[in-house]
Amino acid sequence: MEDDAPVIYGLSSRWARALTPQTAETDAIRFLVGTQSLKYDNQIHIIDFDDENNIINKNVLLHQVGEIWHISTSPADKGVLATCYNRSKCSFPRYLATRGSSDSRVLTCAAVWRMPKELESGSHESPDDSSSTAQTLELLCHLDNTAHGNMLVVGEPWGDGKKVICWPNNHILLWNLQESFQPGKGQLRFTSGRWSPHHNCTQVATASDTTLRGWDTRSMSQVYCIENAHGQLVRDLDFNPNKQYYLASCGDDCKVKFWDTRNVTEPVKTLEEHSHWVWNVRYNHSHDQLVLTGSSDSRVILSNMVSISSEPFGHLVDDDDVSDQEDHQPEEKSKEPLQDNVIATYEEHEDSVYAVEWSSADPWLFASLSYDGRLVINRVPRALKYHILL
Amino acid sequence: WAAVGAMAAGPDHGSGPGDSPEGPEAEAPERRRKAHGMLKLYYGLSEGEAAGRPAGPDPLDPTDLNGAHFDPEVYLDKLRRECPLAQLMDSETDMVRQIRALDSDMQTLVYENYNKFISATDTIRKMKNDFRKMEDEMDRLATNMAVITDFSARISATLQDRHERITKLAGVHALLRKLQFLFELPSRLTKCVELGAYGQAVRYQGRAQAVLQQYQHLPSFRAIQDDCQVITARLVQQLRQRFREGGSGAPEQAECVELLLALGEPAEELCEEFLAHARGRLEEELRSLEAELGPSPPAPDVLEFTDHGGSGFVGGLCQVAAAYQELFAAQGPAGAEKLAAFARELGGRYFALVERRLAQEQGGGDNSLLVRALDRFHRRLRAPGALLAAAGLAEAATEIVERVARERLGHHLQGLRAAFLGCLTDVRQALAAPRLAGKEGPGLAELLANVASSILSHIKASLAAVHLFTAKEVSFSNKPYFRGEFCSQGVREGLIVGFIRSMCQTAQSFCDSPGEKGGATPPALLLLLSRLCLDYETATISYILTLTDEQFLVLDSSLTARPRPATSSPLPGLCPARETARRLLTHYVKVQGLVISQMLRKSVETRDWLSTLEPRNVRAVMKRVVEDTTAIDVQVGLLYEEGVRKAQSSDSSKRTFSVYSSSRQQGRYAPSYTPSAPMDTNLLSNIQKLFSERIDVFSPVEFNKVSVLTGIIKISLKTLLECVRLRTFGRFGLQQVQVDCHFLQLYLWRFVADEELVHLLLDEVVASAALRCPDPVPMEPSVVEVICERG
Repeated sequence: MEDDAPVIYGLSSRWARALTPQTAETDAIRFLVGTQSLKYDNQIHIIDFDDENNIINKNVLLHQVGEIWHISTSPADKGVLATCYNRSKCSFPRYLATRGSSDSRVLTCAAVWRMPKELESGSHESPDDSSSTAQTLELLCHLDNTAHGNMLVVGEPWGDGKKVICWPNNHILLWNLQESFQPGKGQLRFTSGRWSPHHNCTQVATASDTTLRGWDTRSMSQVYCIENAHGQLVRDLDFNPNKQYYLASCGDDCKVKFWDTRNVTEPVKTLEEHSHWVWNVRYNHSHDQLVLTGSSDSRVILSNMVSISSEPFGHLVDDDDVSDQEDHQPEEKSKEPLQDNVIATYEEHEDSVYAVEWSSADPWLFASLSYDGRLVINRVPRALKYHILL
Repeated sequence: WAAVGAMAAGPDHGSGPGDSPEGPEAEAPERRRKAHGMLKLYYGLSEGEAAGRPAGPDPLDPTDLNGAHFDPEVYLDKLRRECPLAQLMDSETDMVRQIRALDSDMQTLVYENYNKFISATDTIRKMKNDFRKMEDEMDRLATNMAVITDFSARISATLQDRHERITKLAGVHALLRKLQFLFELPSRLTKCVELGAYGQAVRYQGRAQAVLQQYQHLPSFRAIQDDCQVITARLVQQLRQRFREGGSGAPEQAECVELLLALGEPAEELCEEFLAHARGRLEEELRSLEAELGPSPPAPDVLEFTDHGGSGFVGGLCQVAAAYQELFAAQGPAGAEKLAAFARELGGRYFALVERRLAQEQGGGDNSLLVRALDRFHRRLRAPGALLAAAGLAEAATEIVERVARERLGHHLQGLRAAFLGCLTDVRQALAAPRLAGKEGPGLAELLANVASSILSHIKASLAAVHLFTAKEVSFSNKPYFRGEFCSQGVREGLIVGFIRSMCQTAQSFCDSPGEKGGATPPALLLLLSRLCLDYETATISYILTLTDEQFLVLDSSLTARPRPATSSPLPGLCPARETARRLLTHYVKVQGLVISQMLRKSVETRDWLSTLEPRNVRAVMKRVVEDTTAIDVQVGLLYEEGVRKAQSSDSSKRTFSVYSSSRQQGRYAPSYTPSAPMDTNLLSNIQKLFSERIDVFSPVEFNKVSVLTGIIKISLKTLLECVRLRTFGRFGLQQVQVDCHFLQLYLWRFVADEELVHLLLDEVVASAALRCPDPVPMEPSVVEVICERG
């Protein structure tokens, strides 16, 4: 098994921006990719990665309503996913497009879907030619803007607002959130948003232009605000899964910044490794020193931010281990703290990388998706993995 | 007998027939020589002489008449046997004649000798007579001498007695005089005391003291001693009085102390008292200095102050120390220690005052006055320093001077920084000022020259000011600190390199300023600073360092080679400058690129591309972009060189380029314009990417115009690409993009190093727009061209 070689999967003749792991799945390594095409039927590719054999299996779901800008999966139910899409216009007669005005507007919508049961948990039994026979999604509900007269999308960059979806019990909550945002609607043009995994999921952070804002969903009020977090547009942000006040942001100034929300005047740390806009930043779910960034310079960079991680002195021995072998403790203590550094730069992509995601099942595995439809699955270098674990 | 022997040999000898056959004339010298030979022979010299004789016959030859072994019989035999009769006859006559001659010779000699002998005998007889007479006279002389001795002895015996008496009398006289002195002593002392001739009195007292001490058991002496003691006590009292009054200055006090010491007063106590008095006086000096220092602002200038301090306090201290050492030399190390402590304490207070005064001077700009003041201060302290080595005053003074020098260096560094910031403010103002009729063009280069020259002149001024510290005539300039550390560490590293570092830091801070978005620093300033740093890196720094080395380390070259290694470290100064220049320029590119890309982004984002009308014109934004790029080109061109371009574009005129590019464009875009071949688009662009190099958008730039502009254009076009990808286009939207890109291509290629780059990016923009268009119907290339030409 060639361990560190990347696995590349091409969505043939598709452009794509949307990538997500199947969050509820903890056994199989599975990613969902949504295509973006104005002229053809769009698809959702379910990519199964067989770690043992280094083989990729794919299943295709049809997504006929339009091109997919964003996709996310339910953390609770494997079969539930949400997409943000532009309603395709290609079915309209051509002359309509020339007429201009409101008729020809591309509508941006969001919907929640359920995928067919047999695809929920892998498709090993399904025949290989299943890719050719695409299956359809079952629509659960539309998150339509018409009901509220406002456009709400999950992380949709060009929407006027921000929809926040919470998945604790497979319910979509906080529909009234938008009203609380109404006052700021004029200026606030959210480009991105994330749930904080802490505080019992009551906090949301959003990015608009160069500003980062934190919101409390209970009181619908602003908790903190980082003005001029980046020199230019903030593209993405992510919460540290283990340290509740830490978040990472990235933007058009090619920088990745790490913030302590208790002190918003200056970043804790700044990385400047990319040579163009950074579109995506993701903390590893279990080892928050591993930070993944994807950029339109076609590179994916994996950084090791030990100094501001929750394990600044390396992985500490668990409590029961300590009780078993107390003599090991001093050794652990004496271990040299790692330096913050770039672990690896991945250059398998030819086009801008718009999405990077860690696998939900294997913390040492991640996928990146570039605009030309190339999906690359990589692993954390083995040496580093052992260094963190041991 | 010897003579007779010789005579006897003579006839034999003379009768030698072979020797003188020629005749009597030649015989004389021959004979004489022979006689000598005989004498020599007799006296034992003959052997050598005989042997050396040339052609001499065998000496053992018994037939040789002159030989020692002559045998008459053999000779006669030989003659008879060998010679004819005639020859025999001849030899006989010859022999007879020789014998006669010898006889007469002998007779003459005898006569002569005899006469001489007779006269000698006469002389001896006469001498005998004379001696006898002399002997008589000697006898008489001896008698007379005896008489004289006798008389002399008698006379001395008679005078003995009197001599002894005279000696005794002389002794008595001396004693009496001493006694008289003693008896007169009290009155003399009183008189001396009355007259104030204390020195005299003390001398008298000193002379009499021992005698009185010895004879004090005699009542009369005792009385005198008592009297003396009384007077002396009074004297001591008076002296002390005078001593305490103290007003009469250090030398007189010293005299008093000396006298008191001579009078046997306890040295310890005197020493204390002396120092106490000295302290009083010196403290007064210090007080007056302090008053001068005072809180009142019109303090005298520092030179005056140190002069005053030098002459007043340091002079006083010198006098005290000299007097003390003279007076209390007997005290040994303990005394010296006391003095040292005294000097240390007062010196410390003096230094504190001087430092306060110097601290007031820190802010001032005039170094020469300060240096002169320090020089005097230091010079004054060297004298007591020699006297009071233990007190360490000279070291302390040197330390103060060093500290002041360091502070001055710091002050100058601050000054330089301030000057640099001032320059920057000026530049900002100049840049911000509304440009009047004049173009901004020459202004930028001029500003750069102004800034550079003003900074350089500031540096030179600082160097000159600091250089005063090491001037030869300044007394402290030969201290090791000033020769070594001050030059290398202080001036070179601290001042110059420190300034360059801080300059770079200040410049770099412009890159990191949070106001990236607001553009708090005008881009022109960035450009100018970048050029300034680059100039520094290439020339100015090494020039300044050479200047510094020349001014400061030349002094040092005679010393150890220790500071030398520091000389060879211009690199730490250089590197940040180049790095800073690069960062500034990169930042400039980013800022300018941002300005243009914001423009492009707004233009893409705010437009409704689906409902746009058929393009008739190039959009105004694109023209604006080209205008701005041209302006930037001009701006950068003022400060940076052209740089290298790829050769292909150098000779392509605008016209040929446009033809070429449009034809090329045609070929390139043709597939993507036909909606039926989306696979080809994908494939083509992928293949194209395969062969084109990856473009680093925000890559560091070179120091030339082309590279700067390439950077800016890269950033702008990449932004355009990303923005286009986020939109959906209608047919005419796509055509508008087509027109815009063609227009950009027409004008931007000339700015960049590699026009391929522009083509590539613009192609990608159009391709992406086509992808984002549900109804991609491209415009005819010829129409595009016409529109662009019109615009």
